[in-house]
Amino acid sequence: MVAQNIAFGIIAAIMVVGALRVVTVNNVVHAALWLVLVLAGAAAQYVLLTAEFVAVTQVLVYIGAVMVLFLFGTMLTRAQLGKEKKLNNTTWYLGIPASLLLLGVMIMALTSSFGNEKLPTNTELVSTQEISDQIFGPYLLPFWALSFVLLAAVIGAIVLARKD
Amino acid sequence: MYALLSSIPYWGQTLLRLLGGAVAVLLPAGTIVYLFLFKMMSFMQSRLGPMEAGPYGSMQLFAEVGKWLQKEDLLPERADSFVFKIAPLIVLSSTFLLVAVVPFGPDAWFTNFEAGVFYALAVSSVSVLGILMAGWSSANKYSLLGGLRAAGQLIAYELPMILAVVGVVIQAGSMNLQNIVVAQNAGSIFGWDGLGNPYLLTQFVGFIIFMIAVQAELTQTPFDMPIAESELVSGYMTEYSGFRFLMFFIGEFATAGVFAFIASVLFLGGWGVPFSWFGWAGINDVDNWMNIGGPLIMLTKMLGLVFIIMWVRFSYPRFREDQLQRFAWKVLIPVSLVNIMATSVLKVAF
Repeated sequence: MVAQNIAFGIIAAIMVVGALRVVTVNNVVHAALWLVLVLAGAAAQYVLLTAEFVAVTQVLVYIGAVMVLFLFGTMLTRAQLGKEKKLNNTTWYLGIPASLLLLGVMIMALTSSFGNEKLPTNTELVSTQEISDQIFGPYLLPFWALSFVLLAAVIGAIVLARKD
Repeated sequence: MYALLSSIPYWGQTLLRLLGGAVAVLLPAGTIVYLFLFKMMSFMQSRLGPMEAGPYGSMQLFAEVGKWLQKEDLLPERADSFVFKIAPLIVLSSTFLLVAVVPFGPDAWFTNFEAGVFYALAVSSVSVLGILMAGWSSANKYSLLGGLRAAGQLIAYELPMILAVVGVVIQAGSMNLQNIVVAQNAGSIFGWDGLGNPYLLTQFVGFIIFMIAVQAELTQTPFDMPIAESELVSGYMTEYSGFRFLMFFIGEFATAGVFAFIASVLFLGGWGVPFSWFGWAGINDVDNWMNIGGPLIMLTKMLGLVFIIMWVRFSYPRFREDQLQRFAWKVLIPVSLVNIMATSVLKVAF
């Protein structure tokens, strides 16, 4: 497990640096590319947790689709080369207490519910079949609710895009 | 064979895998460029093609690579230099990652990924990122337009490709490419097992949709709107020269080869021959010589599929942008959804 811990530390450090660069860099496209690095790091962490299906989904959905659409949108509208002034919101410091609060709540929740629990050392691959059994078994209702939300979003997009 | 491989230490296996991956990407790319781009295109246009370097111009490829390596690595003055330089690497690395899941024989695979097909589709979508980066960072309006067209097209055609694969996955009951190969070769058509059960027969609609989507993902004519040379000079590749252009070029044809490998695994039975010919019951009975024969069978099938891709490329005129989008969203996606429904109904019925 030592190798996994070292790898986790390295990837986590890269993700933190990437996340900080997303908000500090002076160019919209560069910020999006740093975000790609953060999302790829998350996928790598899933691989370390032997959840390969989730990792592949992360790459397909976030890097292959969401980030490409982000970049597509910014390049269509405004994506000048070089540094851009006034990219930061003037009230950006209000975000600091909010994120600290979120961090505190997450630390509280994770330590109180998992505490000293450790990952099993002999990790078997989580098979795709198990995941689908879970989704279409105990988690069927949340799955339906999510599908409904997505359907609503699709209908909303169609309504916005229609000309008549 | 497997026992022999396992006696090599882990770093040695990794080195061998990297070497094998490089061969599996570069050998098809070179073969495709010489056989199809140089010779087949020339014959279809009633000319001879390159004839000077080597017998029948067979060394032309090395001459071309040498030429590109000598050229200056140009960088536009206002370009974003880091993004500009790294973009072709991302496109090419997506190809190398793609070949990692393709099985070439009973033991001749790089990695036996449980979610193999899914991984291949996910990794192939990363190349869009490199294309967008190249288009934006070149500081050139033609490049940006080309990059945007490419992104729109690749997103649109990724969906039918994924949906076409779903039919195969339902029928094989697995996303592992090795299991898909075994399911086809150990299968039978209504009890007759002389041909196995290549999914080309049962998933014919899926095969057609997959090949059309591959054509579009590779931005080959008739889907070459992103690099339309009569409108956009060369699209997102306009500002690239020398080695970086070579990377885009290799990426294009290597990806054609790897997608053809994946298509032959999904629909044509992959590396296998019908198991009934030699009385094999399952993957563990397959003889060792298939580790040599398998890659050759794969190469043959790959060349056949790339021949079709190139045949279409050299025969048809370009789609207009709106026709291209409409074709993906209004024809291919509904048809592939119907294909999925029909496949799952039949899977439950039989």
